[in-house]
Amino acid sequence: MSEDPAMPASARLVGAHVPLIDGVEKVSGRAEYTADLAHRDALVGRIFRSPYSHAKITRLDVTDALALPGVAAIVTGEDCDVPFGVLPIAQNEYPLARDRVRYRGEPVAAVAAIDETVAEAALRLIRMEVEELPAYYDPEKARMPGAVELHADRPGNLERDVHHEFGDVEAGFAAADIVLEKVYDCAEVTHVQMEPDVSLAEYDAERDRLTLHTCTQVPYYVHLRVAQCLGMDTSRVRVVKPYVGGGFGHRSETLNFEIIACILARAARAKVRLKLSREETFVTHRGRPATRIKLKIGMIKDGRMTACACETLQAGGAYGGYGIVTILYSGALLNAIYDIPAVKFDGYRVYTNTPPCGAMRGHGTVNVRFAFESLLDQMADELGLDPFEVRRRNLLEAPVRTINDMMVESYGLPQCLDWVEEASGWKARRGNLPKGKGLGLACSHYVSGAAKPVHWTGEPHAVVNLKLDFDGGVTILTGTADIGQGSSTVLAQIVGEVLGLDLDRVSVVANDSRITPKDNGSYSSRVTFMVGNAAIEAAEKLKGILAEAAARKLDAKAEDIECLGEIYRVQGGQDPGLPFQEVVDEALAESGTITVKGTFTVPRSHQGGRYRGAGVGPSMAYSYAAVATEVTVDEDTGRVTVDKVWVAHDCGFAINRLACEGQIQGAVWMGLGQALSEETRYHKGLPLGPNMFDYRVPTIVESPDIEVKIVESIDPNGPFGAKEASEGALAAVIPALANAVADAIGLRMDETPVTPDRVIDAILRKERGRGRKRSAA
Amino acid sequence: MAKSHVTTTVNGDEYEFLCDTEQTLLDILRDELLLTGTKEGCATGDCGACSVMLDGCLVCACLVLGVEAAGKSIETVEGLAHGDELHPLQQKFLEHNGAQCGICTPGMLIAAKALLEVEPDPSETEIRYWLAGNLCRCTGYDKIIRAVMAAAEEMREVRS
Repeated sequence: MSEDPAMPASARLVGAHVPLIDGVEKVSGRAEYTADLAHRDALVGRIFRSPYSHAKITRLDVTDALALPGVAAIVTGEDCDVPFGVLPIAQNEYPLARDRVRYRGEPVAAVAAIDETVAEAALRLIRMEVEELPAYYDPEKARMPGAVELHADRPGNLERDVHHEFGDVEAGFAAADIVLEKVYDCAEVTHVQMEPDVSLAEYDAERDRLTLHTCTQVPYYVHLRVAQCLGMDTSRVRVVKPYVGGGFGHRSETLNFEIIACILARAARAKVRLKLSREETFVTHRGRPATRIKLKIGMIKDGRMTACACETLQAGGAYGGYGIVTILYSGALLNAIYDIPAVKFDGYRVYTNTPPCGAMRGHGTVNVRFAFESLLDQMADELGLDPFEVRRRNLLEAPVRTINDMMVESYGLPQCLDWVEEASGWKARRGNLPKGKGLGLACSHYVSGAAKPVHWTGEPHAVVNLKLDFDGGVTILTGTADIGQGSSTVLAQIVGEVLGLDLDRVSVVANDSRITPKDNGSYSSRVTFMVGNAAIEAAEKLKGILAEAAARKLDAKAEDIECLGEIYRVQGGQDPGLPFQEVVDEALAESGTITVKGTFTVPRSHQGGRYRGAGVGPSMAYSYAAVATEVTVDEDTGRVTVDKVWVAHDCGFAINRLACEGQIQGAVWMGLGQALSEETRYHKGLPLGPNMFDYRVPTIVESPDIEVKIVESIDPNGPFGAKEASEGALAAVIPALANAVADAIGLRMDETPVTPDRVIDAILRKERGRGRKRSAA
Repeated sequence: MAKSHVTTTVNGDEYEFLCDTEQTLLDILRDELLLTGTKEGCATGDCGACSVMLDGCLVCACLVLGVEAAGKSIETVEGLAHGDELHPLQQKFLEHNGAQCGICTPGMLIAAKALLEVEPDPSETEIRYWLAGNLCRCTGYDKIIRAVMAAAEEMREVRS
């Protein structure tokens, strides 16, 4: 038995190091991803994409392409006049452009043909004539008076502006001993999940039914949007999610190629495989927007913050997507980490002629956190306070309702800080490292699922079905998308734990809209918390049925029955008890196969305030992380090497310690990529280097040792106390790195990524500054 | 253009296939021989997901033409296990959570096996440099390194 007080006394499955239940398939190569599905009978789909950033389509002629032998169908914007978008209030994108293209690479037409050669020859025969329009890549230019509107209903190309003020900000600044304001710039980054985008769509012409296999995090949203765009009843559409090779947010909304594959399949009345190249996957994008942040913080001498004002400008790309949510998150999560009495946020999400941005790991919070933790660190420095001290002076006291109406009930940040301080040897080492080396600290947090769902219908946030059959197997039916994070494993652990069964008696069927209950998908770190709670409820119900059956057989009361290690017996009795199969036979004898349901709904008390935009930010629980990095800066080359990262993450309770560690390491590492090298670049809207060589994801050589401490604050509402574990630590590592660079060379980096060029520029600026001072003297 | 008739050996089994000149070994493995364990991450030789052994050399299958496989011997992830028994590398990747989404995993396993054949006792740094051509976007690599080191240790014990 574990000595960890956090762990329930009977815990066998939860809290353990459990390898992924689908790990054998992955290490043996047997796991079938969408691209692995049989497709010899499928037509090959290809997309004709716009070579223009912004233009009116004056003529689109597919006659010659359609006449090419072997071409089964060509579809254009004419084939779908229904716009899509993940947010019901911001659907302004067509699967195939109609009348106007708004970014280079936007799909304009698509071909289904007997093979790749014919499909590509057909693309070359498509004729497109346009009238070019002014294109905007810089959000400041897109906002200028007189700029052409990308979308008719959005003057100034403003997708959404947010103005929130909580507390008396002016009074807060007036009361401060020190007020600092700075501007930070973060380059656009993208997900680069290892699996390129692919869909396999099959249209059954006789019955007017459609089956789509696709690599998504949100099969249900795909289901809705496909049916909507094709004008089909949802009952005629089936969406299946095979194994998925990562997502990180790229796949948290329906993507154009998924709808295009379906439109093509229906037009060709056949099966169509639409597999995007890596370059096309880059252009499909939906990553983290380029962001400019003007941040102002007021502080009194002891380090306590008095007020914060933040202005954020995001270059959102050409279409809505999740944009409104992204800009709202940027403001909302200024709160719920520190106790700041007054917070003002002004956010501007602007349309630009680049591929649409969307949700990316740490959605909306990451760049603002970089700015915040950088400025906090600088102010501590100016006041002569230790970076740990300044953060400790501003801690929340949970439970607390934040000034913007978010409930924080568990808060392990103090413990995270303590561990990181100790593990990094902060007190002894900081300030005593050799030249060019530095230590930096930062903190971050994230939601455990959005308390307000995208579709606000009043239905439960999560539903899990459990099937018990005569074979003695318990099958979890869930719409939850395991995309590699291990959600299926966590659900199996939870159900096995509640029922007292071995893991191999439990199997998981996930993601076939014909079979599994609807689930909103894997995003905003909602699955463990919400679906986990639904799984507990379902398992408790089934346990009740089994206990009744065992009680009948054992001539006892159901409440006296315990199940442990597959044996049902009377608590404290001498009887050896009943093997699980006998209990199952008794339970099913009259009723036959049983399916029970568990649901989870976030109560109104945790769904946030009543102001406009209050729906984004509230969650039933927040994760917390503290990160320290140690870096070496080469002042001749500007190169920053990360020597070591220490991360403590409060995930409430680690249901699967192995998977939690993996998620935390992966999140920290992804943040390091943004901190050091990752950046999408465009020349007049043309993506520069949309491949895995030029877009510099860190290799294993550049990746440091990441030491993880799991802090368990036991959230009162989480399943076994669990909260999110895969996003919260990402944001902290970026400012932790910038703060370490400042410690190493005395220069504050206010742009990401912190590339050698930017470091050298900063060094040169400082030297030139010194030079001027000298000449003035 | 006429297709080429190619005979090759994959994981010890002889295969024959017809191949277009421009088809890569990756396309052949996946689409013609239906060995889909080898994954495509980029198709341009940048990510290493399609790493296979070709006559004892570690290559990206996307950078080799199908016709070049003629008369050669290829090893893929499907050939790693012995019957029901996983290769120690597979077992350790499983135990250490070295695989999350699983797309880079087959290539990582093949590349790591190639390393352990030339260096049964690699240091952490040697593992890092050897696997530098294999990108992973999920793990941050730490658990992959632990898995390779644990597998190397087990394989050394079995040998001695």
